[in-house]
Amino acid sequence: MLGLSKKDTTFLLVVIFLTLATPILLQPFPENSALAQFNAGYPDLMQRFAIFGIFAIGFNILFGLTGYLSFGHAAFLGVGSYSVVWMYKLLNYNVLPGLVLAIVMSGLFALFIGYISLRRSGIYFSILTLAFAQMSFNLAYSVLTPLTNGETGLQVYNNDPQVLMSEGSPTSPHFFGIVMNEATKVDVGGWQFTFSNGYYFCAIIAIIVFYLSLRIFRSPFGIMLRAIKTNQTRMNYTGLNPRPYTLAAFVISGMYAGLAGGLLAAMDPLAGAERMQWTASGEVVLMTILGGAGTLMGPVLGAGFIKYFENIFSKINDSILHSWFSALPDGLEDFVVFVFHPFIGKGWHLTLGLLFMLVVIFLPGGLIEGGNRIWNVISGKNRKKKRDEAAHHPKPTSHVN
Amino acid sequence: MGILEVSNVNKRFGGLQALGNVNLDVAKGTVHAIIGPNGAGKSTLLNVLVGKLVPDTGTVLFNGTSVLGLKPFEINQLGISRVFQTPEIFSDLSVFENMLIPCFAKRDGSFRMHALESIASEKDIIEKAEHMLAEVNMADKRHMTASSLSRGDKRRLEMAMCLVQEPKLLLLDEPTAGMARADTNNTIDLLNQIHDSREITMVIIEHDMHVVFSLAKRITVLAQGTPLVEDTPDNIKGHPKVKEAYLGEAAA
Ligand SMILES: Nc1ncnc2c1ncn2[C@@H]1O[C@H](COP(=O)(O)OP(=O)(O)O)[C@@H](O)[C@H]1O
Ligand SMILES: [Mg+2]
Repeated sequence: MLGLSKKDTTFLLVVIFLTLATPILLQPFPENSALAQFNAGYPDLMQRFAIFGIFAIGFNILFGLTGYLSFGHAAFLGVGSYSVVWMYKLLNYNVLPGLVLAIVMSGLFALFIGYISLRRSGIYFSILTLAFAQMSFNLAYSVLTPLTNGETGLQVYNNDPQVLMSEGSPTSPHFFGIVMNEATKVDVGGWQFTFSNGYYFCAIIAIIVFYLSLRIFRSPFGIMLRAIKTNQTRMNYTGLNPRPYTLAAFVISGMYAGLAGGLLAAMDPLAGAERMQWTASGEVVLMTILGGAGTLMGPVLGAGFIKYFENIFSKINDSILHSWFSALPDGLEDFVVFVFHPFIGKGWHLTLGLLFMLVVIFLPGGLIEGGNRIWNVISGKNRKKKRDEAAHHPKPTSHVN
Repeated sequence: MGILEVSNVNKRFGGLQALGNVNLDVAKGTVHAIIGPNGAGKSTLLNVLVGKLVPDTGTVLFNGTSVLGLKPFEINQLGISRVFQTPEIFSDLSVFENMLIPCFAKRDGSFRMHALESIASEKDIIEKAEHMLAEVNMADKRHMTASSLSRGDKRRLEMAMCLVQEPKLLLLDEPTAGMARADTNNTIDLLNQIHDSREITMVIIEHDMHVVFSLAKRITVLAQGTPLVEDTPDNIKGHPKVKEAYLGEAAA
C-alpha cells in the first residue's frame, strides 16, 4: 500500500495510531493523583513533540543517512518561523500560505548554505554550517531588523496590512477556519483528555512527512545517501557524484526544518532570533543521536524525550520533592531532597546530560537500540539469533525501525 | 589502435620520479599485466588512468578520447572500473545493497533524484544484482553486512561490483594480494571465466607470477617508473634481464 512493503505499511499504521492517540496515551495518570504532573497530554507539549519530531526526522535524512553533521539547522527553523509570521502580517492568520513560504524559503536558504558548506566534509563542514547559522542569528538580531524586528521578535501589529483579513475571520492562527488554539476537553472518570486543533494539525503533517522520510529511506536515493556515509571513494569510482546527493539531502532536511519552524509560528504567532541560536542547532543533534541516528523512529523518540524532560522535569521543585518523600524521617527527607535538588527544576539539563552520556556510552544506537534489546530479551529472539550467529556468523543489517 | 593508449606520461612526487616516460598500448579484449617490484609506480599509473592523479605531462586516451582532467566518476561512466589494492566497498551496507549501487549508477548516470521510488519495484536491477552475486558464488551471503565478510569475499564483492557495470576496461590492482592459495586459484578461474564470457579488456597489476602467467596475454615490466620491456608471457619468462631483476625464483 502507498508504495510501501507490507512490513512498512504495518509500521506506518502503528505510527499513525500512536500519533493520533497521543492525547490519550500521554495522559496515563488521573487528574488529581500525585503522578498527574508526569502527564504530558497537554496541547502545548504535544505540539512540541510533533514539531520537533518533524525537525529531527528531517535532520536525520542528512545526518543519519549521509553522516554529514550540520550544526546550523536552527537557521532554517528561524527562516520558517519568520516566513509564517510575515504571511500573517501581509495576508491573514491562515497558516497555509506561510507554511508554503516557510518550506520554499528554507529550501532556498539550504541550497545556498549547503552549496558552500558541502565543499568540505567532517568537522570543517560542521563548522561552516555553524558559522552560517550564527551569522543568520546575528543578522536577524541587528542588521535585518526591518525583516525580523530584531530583539523584540516578529509579531503581528494592528496596523499591519493583513489584506485578506475580513470581518469574521479568526484573529489567531487558523487553517481555513480551524483555529489552532481551540481544543475539546473530555472528562472520563478521573481523567481529562484535551484534543486540540493545533496538535492534530501538527500531527497530521508529522505523519505525512514521516511517510515521506520512510519512502526516502527505502528509495534508491536513500541507498545512495547511506553509501556516501560509508565510502565516498567507492562511490566516485562507481560513477556516482556524491555532491548533488548530499546537497539534495541537505536541502530536504532544511525544508523539514523550515516546516517545523513554520509550525512553531503556526501554534504561537511569534518569531524570534533566538530560534536560530546554536543551542537550538545542537538540540536537534542531541535528539537524533539520543533516539538513534539513521533509524526511522529514533529521532522522533529523541525529540519527544528531550521535550518531555524540558517541560516536566523542569517543573518539579523542592516542595514537590518534599511532598514525595514526606514519609521519610525529617533529617533523611531533607537529605534526599538535597541529593535530588540539582537534577530537577533548572537542573533538568544536568539530568538530561547524564542520560545522554549513559545512552551514548551503553547504547550507541540510541533509544531504538535499547528498545530492540529489550524486545529481543522479551521475545527470546536473542538466544536464537546468537545460535545462528555461532553457526555461520551472519551479521544482518538492521536499519529498519 | 588500442582501447587504452598512454603516451609519455610523467609524474613526480617532490623529488621522486614515480612515472618516467610511460608508454602503454593496451589492445582491445586482451588481458594486459603490469609487473614490477614494490614502488615501481604501478599503483600510481592506475591512479592516473582513473583520474585520481593528473600526470605532469603526457596523454591518456581511452577509445581515442582523452581522460585527463576528468573526475573519477566521469571516467567510470565512460566504462573504466577499478578494483583497489585494499578493497573499497560499502562496509556498512549489506552485500546485496553493495551490488545494487553500481547497477543504479550504470542505468541512471552519476546523479538521479529517485527519492520516492521504491527499490523493491526495481525488478530489473534486483535481478541483475542477484545474477552477478550468484556468478561470484556469494548469493548465500547477500544479507550479510559487507564489513563482516572475509578478506577474500570482500575482494570478490568488489570485483562483482565492478563487473556488474559491464565496464569496457577493468583495472585490477593486485587482486589476489593477501589471499590464500585456494582463494587465489578461485580468483584466477573467475577472472578467466569473466574474460571469456564478456571479452572485457583487463589491465592487471600483480605480484604473484603464478597469477600473472595464468591470466595475462601481454606483460609490461615496470621498474622505477619506466617500462623496461613489453612482451608475451612466454618471452617475458625467458627474458634474461627480467628474470634476473624481477622474477627471480617465481619464474624459474
Ligand atoms: N601520493 C603520493 N605522494 C608521494 N609519493 C607517492 C604517492 N603515491 C606514491 N608515491 C611514491 O611513488 C612510488 C611509486 O608508488 P606506487 O605506484 O604505489 O608503487 P607500486 O604500486 O608499484 O608498489 C613510491 O616510491 C611511492 O612512495
Ligand atoms: Mg601498489
